[in-house]
Amino acid sequence: MADEAPFQLLHYELLQYIYKAADGGDAEQGRNVTKLESMGFRVGQGLLERLTKDTARFKDELDVMKFICKDFWTCVFKKQIDNLRTNHQGIYVLQDNAFRLLAQLSAGKQYLELSPKYLAFTCGLVRGALCGLGVKSIVTAEVSVMPACKFQVMIQKM
Amino acid sequence: MAVCIAVIAKENYPLYIRSVPTQNELKFHYTVHTSLDVVEEKISAVGKSLGDQRELYLGLLYPTEDYKVYGYVTNSKVKFVIVVDSSNTSLRDNEIRSMFRKLHNSFTDVMCNPFHNPGDPIQSKAFDGIVSGMMTQTG
Repeated sequence: MADEAPFQLLHYELLQYIYKAADGGDAEQGRNVTKLESMGFRVGQGLLERLTKDTARFKDELDVMKFICKDFWTCVFKKQIDNLRTNHQGIYVLQDNAFRLLAQLSAGKQYLELSPKYLAFTCGLVRGALCGLGVKSIVTAEVSVMPACKFQVMIQKM
Repeated sequence: MAVCIAVIAKENYPLYIRSVPTQNELKFHYTVHTSLDVVEEKISAVGKSLGDQRELYLGLLYPTEDYKVYGYVTNSKVKFVIVVDSSNTSLRDNEIRSMFRKLHNSFTDVMCNPFHNPGDPIQSKAFDGIVSGMMTQTG
């Protein structure tokens, strides 16, 4: 539990840093999200390299997704993904019922519109890890009720 | 003990290649290059063959008259190739395995370095040191 707080604090500080550097309209907002996402991407790549050092080679795409839901998520957020669904055609939905980075926010609807900025880094993280494993993807996130969060992973066939 | 050590990216271009300076460098480039086909074959055989071999260490890729070529592939599809002299018969499979292990550990450190750009040639001194250790060590 103790090593969880520093990551959250660092993450909030990262948001502060990015958003303080630029205050502006909608275009700026988009750019900040992109910046966070690409930071997450690089971290995901590095982290993946470390986490897969001792695992066997993955059999297929589903195997890779299971790894993300279990080992990867546990490493970053100290819990596993609560629900993984797929349509077997390259779309996966990862649901986390108590997403750590949103846990400290008020559960009402008040901050719902701010959620993209809290999720961008994680989207990048997942995309980076998948890219490291040779799976090109687009990751988006959505929140309907506050601490719960859904990540949609769209695999891009090459 | 190793005469050539190479790291090859996911897209099959070299990230790092080093051989003992006394010998013909180009020949080693050629040897490593030809070994990639064998690596590819071993990777794609996963799931098809009876013994579901999913270890990162690929074992002996192919022996030539003068050299033995060993391969290893990470989960991110980066390949490591080690070429050793055939005359060096004392070298055990386990030792090769631990060499790859060390190489992989060091490579992971390189990848986690925020100043390193994934996909760029490896210029880390620490990595260089590990490789030098493997080449000079007498088996």
